[in-house]
Parts: sequence; C-alpha cells; structure tokens
Amino acid sequence: MTHQVVPVRAYVAVFLALIILTITTVVVSRIELGEYNFIVAITIAVIKAVLVILFFMHVKQSSSMTKLFVGAGFFWMAILLVFILSDYFSRGWLPGATWWRS
Amino acid sequence: MADSEVTALEHAPGLKHHFDDTEQQLESSTLGMWVFLLTEIMFFGGMFGGYTVYRNLYPDAFASSSRYMNIPIGAFNTAVLICSSLTMALAVRAAQLGNKKVLIWFLVFTLILGCVFLGLKVVEYHEKWVDHHIPGPGFRYEDARYFHQAQILFFLYFAMTGMHAMHMVVGAGLLTTLIIMAARNRFSAAWYTPVEMIGLYWHFVDIVWIFLFPLLYLIGRTK
Amino acid sequence: MWAAPSRWGWLNLLTPKGLFAHDTYNKLFTMHGIIMVFFFLVPSIPATLGNFLVPPMVGARDLAFPRINLLSWYIYIVGGIFAITAIVRGGVDTGWTFYAPFSSTYSNTHVILAAIGVFVSGFSSILTGLNFIVTVHKMRAPGMTWSRLPLFVWAHYATSLIQVLGTPVIAITIVLLGMERVLHAGIFDPALGGDPILFQHLFWFYSHPAVYIMILPGMGVISEIVACFSRKSIFGYGFVAFSSVAIAVLGFLVWGHHLFVAGQSMYASMVFSFISFLVAVPSAIKVFNWTATMYRGSVSYDTPMLYAFGFIGLFTIGGLTGLFLATMAVDVHVTDTYFVIAHFHYVMVGGMVMAYLGGVHFWFPKITGRLYPEGWAKFAALVVFVGFNLTFFPQFVLGYLGMPRRYAAYADEFQILNVMSTAGASILGVGYLIPMIYLAWAWRYGPKSPQNPWGAKGLEWEQSPTPPPTFNFDVPPVMNEPAYNYSGEEKEVEIGR
Repeated sequence: MTHQVVPVRAYVAVFLALIILTITTVVVSRIELGEYNFIVAITIAVIKAVLVILFFMHVKQSSSMTKLFVGAGFFWMAILLVFILSDYFSRGWLPGATWWRS
Repeated sequence: MADSEVTALEHAPGLKHHFDDTEQQLESSTLGMWVFLLTEIMFFGGMFGGYTVYRNLYPDAFASSSRYMNIPIGAFNTAVLICSSLTMALAVRAAQLGNKKVLIWFLVFTLILGCVFLGLKVVEYHEKWVDHHIPGPGFRYEDARYFHQAQILFFLYFAMTGMHAMHMVVGAGLLTTLIIMAARNRFSAAWYTPVEMIGLYWHFVDIVWIFLFPLLYLIGRTK
Repeated sequence: MWAAPSRWGWLNLLTPKGLFAHDTYNKLFTMHGIIMVFFFLVPSIPATLGNFLVPPMVGARDLAFPRINLLSWYIYIVGGIFAITAIVRGGVDTGWTFYAPFSSTYSNTHVILAAIGVFVSGFSSILTGLNFIVTVHKMRAPGMTWSRLPLFVWAHYATSLIQVLGTPVIAITIVLLGMERVLHAGIFDPALGGDPILFQHLFWFYSHPAVYIMILPGMGVISEIVACFSRKSIFGYGFVAFSSVAIAVLGFLVWGHHLFVAGQSMYASMVFSFISFLVAVPSAIKVFNWTATMYRGSVSYDTPMLYAFGFIGLFTIGGLTGLFLATMAVDVHVTDTYFVIAHFHYVMVGGMVMAYLGGVHFWFPKITGRLYPEGWAKFAALVVFVGFNLTFFPQFVLGYLGMPRRYAAYADEFQILNVMSTAGASILGVGYLIPMIYLAWAWRYGPKSPQNPWGAKGLEWEQSPTPPPTFNFDVPPVMNEPAYNYSGEEKEVEIGR
C-alpha cells in the first residue's frame, strides 16, 4: 500500500483539466457533428472519469489488485450494456419483426 | 507477523483485534470499499442500460425533450461537484499530514458544495414540476407526437438524477459525521481510514454525475 | 418449513380441478418462489456454513468486517419482515419473477411490499459477498496460498463475485419497477411506448447468475465431502477451483436463454444459447473430477457422502436437462411447462439442498461439538432421495407432454403423474422433518464429538477447541501442506518465519 502525499499542485492541475473538459463538452454539444456529437460527449466523460479515478481516488498509486477490481467493475457494466444492446440492434434483421418501433 | 504480542492492550490506534496489523486492516478496508463501489457501478449500470436502449429506440423524442433541461444549472452543478471533489481530495491529503484544522475546513467546504449542488437540483426539479414534466398522471408534453416517449425520458431523468441525489444526501450525512469525528480528534496521521473511504465514495458520486450531465442535458442540442 | 406453500401447491394438483381457488394458487406459488429463492436458496449456505467456516478455513480469526456481517443479518431480517408482511396482507400473484407490465400495472396485490423485501434482502447478500471477497484476499494465514485454498472457499469466492456484481442490478430493476407502479410512466409498458423485455433483460442479468449463487456453494461443500470420504486428494484441484470462477463469469453471459420466446432477437438468442452450452463445460469438469476422486479411493458411506452421491446424480440430471432448455428449438416446446420446473428443482433442491444437508451433517460436529445419530441420518438421506425423485421426475414427463406451469387446474390425462408427484412431495416433507428433529436433539443431547471425527484435512479441523471460540485461533495457524493432503505428503519445513 503506497501512501505518499501527493503535492497540491497535482490536484489543482487535475481540477483545472476537469473544468476545461466540462466547458469543452458544453461548447461541442452546440456544434453540429451528427453522430459524432454523442461520441465526443462520451469520450470527454470517460476522460474525466479516468482522471478522477486515477488521481483523486489514488488508483494510480494503488495495488494492482485495486486496479483489477476497478477495471472489473466497468467491464461488467460493459457486459450488461453490450449484451442488452445486441438484442435491440439485431431485432430488425428479421423481416416482419418490427412491432416495437410503432 | 505479530503473534502472541498482539494483545488488546497493545493495539495500534483503530486496530481491531481480528487483524494482524494496521497495514492488513487498511488494505482490507480499501479493498472492501472498492468492492462496494463495484456494486454501485452495477447499480447505476442498470439505469444506464435502460437509458441506452430507449435513446436508441427514440432518438428524436430524446433530442426533443432534452431541450427542456436547464443546461446552465447542469453545467454549473458539474463544476460544483468537481470543486467538491478537489476539496475532498485535499481533505484526505490534510488527513494524511495529520493537519486537523485544514482537514476540518476542507470537509466543511466539501459539505457546503454538496449542499449547493442539492439546492440547485431542487430548483431544477421545481422547474419540471411547474412545466408538468414529472412523469405520471399529471404529465404534459408540448409536442404531442412524443408524449409517451418523452415521458420515458423524464422517467429516466428522475430515476437517474434522483438516485444520484440520494447518494449525495447520504454523502452529506457521512461528511457531517467525519467533521464531528475530526473535531473530536479521532483522526491522526497514523489512522484516518474513514476520511479516505468516504473520499472514495464522494469521488464516485462525482463520476456518476460526470456521465449523467452529457447523457441527459446535451443530447441533440444542435437541432 | 417455507417450502410448505409448495406442499399445498402439490396437494392442490391432486385433482384436475384443483382444490384451491385459482388466485390463491397464484399467490401460493409466488410466495413459494419469492421465499425460497431470495430468502432461502441465495443466503442458505453462504450465510450459515460460509460465515462459520470461511474464516477458520483460511486461517483467520474472523471475517474482515464482523460488524458488516452482523448488519447483513439484520438487513435480512428487515427484508424478511417486508416479504412476510406482503404475504400476510393478502399475498402477491405475479410469480417470483415480477414480470412487467403485469406487476407494474395490472396486478392488484402487494407487489411493492414484496419488491421492497427482495430489494432490502439484496443488500444482505451484497454485504456477505463483500465480506468473503475481502476475507479471502486479505485474511489468509501464512502459507495459505491461492493454490491451497479449500475448494469450499474457492466456491464461496466465486459466489461472492456474483453477489457483488449481479445483485445491484436487480436492486435498480426493482426500484424502476416500483417507480413505474406508482407513476405509470410506461417504461416497461408496451401500451405506453415502453419495452417489457427490457425488464426481463435487467431482471435476468441478476437472476440467472443468482442460480449460480445458489449452486456454487453447494459444489464447494461436495468437493470437501468427496475428498474427505474418499480419502484422496481432489482430482484436478486447479480445474475444480477455476471451474467455480468460470461458472461465475460465464453465468453473466447467458441470461438471454430465459427470453427465447419473449420476443428477443433471434440472433441474440443464438449467442446466448451458445454461451449457455459453454456453462456445461465447467459444470461437467466438476462432476467428472468428483467421480475421478472417488475412483480407487477408500470410499466410506457416511451420511455426508450419501448426500454427496445424491448431489452428483441429481445435479447431473438437472444440468443435462438444462442443455435441452438452452437449445432454442427444444425450448420453444417446453418453455413454461413442468419440464422447466423439474429441471430447476433437480438443480436447486436435488443439488443445492442435498449439498446443504450434506454440509450440515459434515460440519455439525465442528459447529456444535456433538455427534448426530448416524442411523437416523442415513435413513433420512434415503427418504429424501426417494421422495425427491418421486416428486420431480414425473414432472419431466408432464412437462414434455405439455402440462404448463403456474396453472391451478390441468387436463384429466395428467392426473396419475400429478398424484405421484404429490405423494413424493409428502415423502420429501417427512425426509426433511427427520433431520430437523434429530439434529435439534443432538445439538442438546448428542454425545460429545472429538476434534476431528472424520479425520478430515483443512485448517478448520485442526483448530481446537471444538466448537471454536470467538476468535477461532489463539495463535495464527500456518498452512504447510497442500490442500486435501490425504495421501500424507511430507509437511514443509517452516521457512523463515
């Protein structure tokens, strides 16, 4: 277990990055990018989340066990999303089975 | 490994009898907290799943109803939560250094920012109430084509932000407890595990909001 | 005793017309399902044998968070109070699956109360899992490496992973269901633009892995019993250990096989069907390795071993019929028939309850410090086995012939098989009653047990005195031999402690 004290500077830098990313995401949402609006918004959210997890939550200095558990959490959420969506996205492939779009 | 010399009298501060040493206890607490956060990820994951499904089924309705979300408040609240995460991180740092005064101050800042967030959330909910955007029998929607679909979005909006707000309320309670404990000199540079654990919880709640904000407020803004 | 509603249910099916009013029957099977799934099968082995045995097995003084453990017990009680209140105030008729939109819109019964009960008891399950995970990671005694962990602990570790990763999803599903029932916003109601299949997805994301929460600890118990009463090291230890984790992980990828006829995309069904078949691999590994362990072992036929035999046979039947259900075309034919009922009772009752009884008998001397009457115990094991098969085997036939589940009445030609099933249920009831009586008696008046009556391996048997004191060990134990060292390999010389 590493417990070095992180200098205040590092925290403030992360904080500023988070604020800038928040402003970016609001600004970008006003620009027409089609499909990419959603992708950009999610990418920025993921970057912000990773910053918080690595630096504010000290996962960067934590044991590999902790990292594994954090990764597993998001991986399992991905399983939930991907498998549910696999159903919804492939439903239209069969002709005649489109009642849910009514 | 300490054997027989570990007796009730010689425990390090905060060390429980069934642990060998402080390090084992701290590692256990950290792992336990992360496992708990894992359950939180899955808990919100269920709602994110529902959100993704309906957003894919009804993209136009979702774009239409996100117009009624209050972006200035949402963006400001995001900043407030990020600030509170910073103050929380600094509070943990103060606890590491054993600096009681700074610790209490940062905890108080965090608590205040949390309350600001919740206060603005109440303002937003009130707006929805005035506009009849609360799902249920009283629901009205400006665009009749999207009545049912918009209702589902607002249902998800209230479910997701409501669950998030509930976590914030719990977090505020925990912070209050921490402040009281810190004022009673319960923490030292050698033992401050509760500060660290509740810090993790607070950051996690922040992360949830980081995702909720673009997903609920910033859909189809260009149309 | 909470299986009682099922007894009444079978009694009802004695005659084609049924003995109870139809909505009473609906409430009976719902009550039976909710209580048995959420309040018996899920917590049974982890909360009793697991809480007691995991710490001494890994050589720890206690679980990592004893207070959280106690909290989980109180939460369980609170959840139980909600569920029982729902029953007392008139019951629930949705089935234990709470399918929307019936549960959210049309049912006039106490759905919310029962749902709160399930929601609350879920936290109890999560906290138990959290405790086990941290205990296994951080509280192991010196020398207790991962490759020396008892398979009981491995099974509990895998179970805990499911509890931690799956239970929150059903919690949020139930929250959404409750909100929908109050607001009628239509999130699960196709009439209002919602999709009821989304509810089924979220529900089964937990509830399918949950059946592995129920069976994995049982598999752990059987591994211990088989090794001990064959006097052999478990065959293929690594495979058995990892198959537990493999079942836990694969178990999260198969939930769609509950939705084959619900309107799920056929392509998704194909993927889910394929992965469901994969689950058979680690399950089969376990069954083969148990039988291989017995091969050329000096097998003794004590009561726990009798239950282990029962488990292996019945679980195999239950597991193989599961493959029928995972086959999409066959599933269309037998969905919602008694075939499904028979299948999961073979796994849950024939598997899990057998393992539970076996485990209770195996560790009874450790937990209470007394011996139970062996003759009665063997007799009861036999009665349970006969009663169980008489109850549930006819249901395979009934289901294959097309008798649907969850109906209070049935066509006349099904009567003979239903009478057999009801008769079997009565025998099974007696079979469960006998151990309750003699174990309660033995707890008080049984002869004192030696520290290790079976000559079993494992730190929990080396620990003394029996029953264990509050903190299990005065001096932390050291594990200096492989797990299941029945062949008597040399103990390691202690190095540098």
